Amino acid sequence: MAGIAARLTDGLSRRTVIWLVFLLAALVIAPWLLNDYLVTVLILILYLAFAGQAWNIMMGFAGQLSLGHALYAGLGGYIAAVLFTRYGIGPWLGFLAAMPVAAAAGAIIGFLAFRFGVTGVYFAILTIAFAEFARIGFDHLAIVNAAAGLFLPVAQSAHNDLWRLRGDPTMFYYVMLAATLVALLLCRLLMRSRIGYFWLAIREDEDAARAVGIPTFRYKMYAVMISAALTSFTGVFYAFFYNNLFPEQVFNISQSIQMILGPIIGGVGTLFGPILGAFVLTGLAESLNAALTAFGLDLPGAEQVFYGVCLLLVVGALPEGIWPPLARRCGIAERAS
Amino acid sequence: MPFDVYLNVAVGGILTGLVYGLMALGLSVIFGVVRVVNFAHGEMMSIAMFLAVVLFSAFHLDPLIMMVPIAAVLFAFGYALQSGLINPFITRPEHSQFLLLVAVGLIIVNVLLIVFGPDARTVQTAYAYDSFQVGPLIVDAAKVYAGVAAVLFAAALFVFFRVTLVGKAIRACADNYTGALVVGLNVNRLYALTFGIGAACVGAAGAMMTLIVDVTPMIGPTYTLLAFVIVITGGLGSMPGALLGGILIGLTEALAGLLFTPSAKSMFAFAILVLVLLFRPQGILGKRAA
Repeated sequence: MAGIAARLTDGLSRRTVIWLVFLLAALVIAPWLLNDYLVTVLILILYLAFAGQAWNIMMGFAGQLSLGHALYAGLGGYIAAVLFTRYGIGPWLGFLAAMPVAAAAGAIIGFLAFRFGVTGVYFAILTIAFAEFARIGFDHLAIVNAAAGLFLPVAQSAHNDLWRLRGDPTMFYYVMLAATLVALLLCRLLMRSRIGYFWLAIREDEDAARAVGIPTFRYKMYAVMISAALTSFTGVFYAFFYNNLFPEQVFNISQSIQMILGPIIGGVGTLFGPILGAFVLTGLAESLNAALTAFGLDLPGAEQVFYGVCLLLVVGALPEGIWPPLARRCGIAERAS
Repeated sequence: MPFDVYLNVAVGGILTGLVYGLMALGLSVIFGVVRVVNFAHGEMMSIAMFLAVVLFSAFHLDPLIMMVPIAAVLFAFGYALQSGLINPFITRPEHSQFLLLVAVGLIIVNVLLIVFGPDARTVQTAYAYDSFQVGPLIVDAAKVYAGVAAVLFAAALFVFFRVTLVGKAIRACADNYTGALVVGLNVNRLYALTFGIGAACVGAAGAMMTLIVDVTPMIGPTYTLLAFVIVITGGLGSMPGALLGGILIGLTEALAGLLFTPSAKSMFAFAILVLVLLFRPQGILGKRAA
């Protein structure tokens, strides 16, 4: 335990720690100060921050570009929802069941890709193809109600049931906050461990990594499986928060793209990039929506156009994302990508 | 089911596949020369499809004739996109270019959504329900026209790349970038031209597609993926490969739609993609990369 604690805190300046404690305290008291709408926005932000962290393990740490992460989230959501609606098994046990399945799906894709030398853009297309395959497959799968969608019973209960994830937005907010914190700590731990340095070596130069004796195949597999398992939680959360699942939505490529926007805009391969990116992006998008509503405009695609423009600007002007330059300015050292 | 039903569906699939092939040809040309994967390819096609629909519903202009001006508009779009936006990214890492075009695609889809709304639109030509009968075969006239037009367009492109000086210069850029610079070719301009030509392919294919399928703003990503599946199957960078891949995927989709359910037909295309990526990653007609 002491080793883990040392790894988590090692190399953090006092200034960084103060910032972190301040940020965490602000997030903990936020629901008391904000109305339900803003709490919901914060849930969405944390949800995307978590998904971004999970994706970042694959792309940011190990350098494998996946554009099909909706697959793992969708599998997680569907497994937890089916277990809940058919057998009354709660979401946490459902998550325990979903994790290995998502990891196995990741392992299959990873095995096929890494064994047969499918790399770079081809790898990205392979991941999209599997997600699309699942989308169409679930659209025809009777056990999950096919395209008609799977609905979770919404019971109005007076108290929050954390075990069964039934309750008000504030409860969901704290669940997602805790999950994001766990993901952040896990990423930090991974990054500072042997596995993280191996990933870094693979990302920077795979041939060189293999030459110095790193088993690149195995470590790339670890990256896909950990990332997939973690991503499955976003699906479980989605299912119980929105209470409905449609293959057309959960497996859609736009879900995968939304997951990667936070880390790309925040900074691929950094710890805080995904979180900052989710805050900036969702904050701006919600402001845009509010402004459009205020002007009485109803433009269903406006938010997505905005995401596209953000992506364009960041990829063009700030290829390392907004967090690394910001961190340097604030004097918080973090390994940039 | 009697045999001639299969035959009819297969011929329809092959004709649709020719249009797919022309669409994929655009992707292949762009990748083969500029070495950029155009992840906004299907989205560019949906622009062409909406142009065809608007021209038809406003002025009753036949998409088969409008194919040429629409291809010209898309050419200008592609030229501008390459010289204005993508060119600075030529030397960037692969995933950076990829994300740039994902962004372009995202913007196109949703601008179309804002302008045209989510509803499906169709082109109802006078010959929409005509068909040709050859022995036991009954083939939709629209598909025949579209297929023939696709072949003509592709043939024109082959000739352009083989015969004209500009075509040869573009192939020189593809073969040896540094060499092309050394002999004084304006590579940036040729890249923009190539991207324009690729966009023109997808413009013409889009105009023809309106004869076969309905148009919604959301179909862009589907066709991007389809174009990738076709090009990877046929061999990225190989022009005959793109057409062959298009025919193969068109045929697979048509037969899968008949034997199973039409909505599941893309699964078979993806299955082919996975098999090709695993067992012949250079594609059916592609050369093995170094």
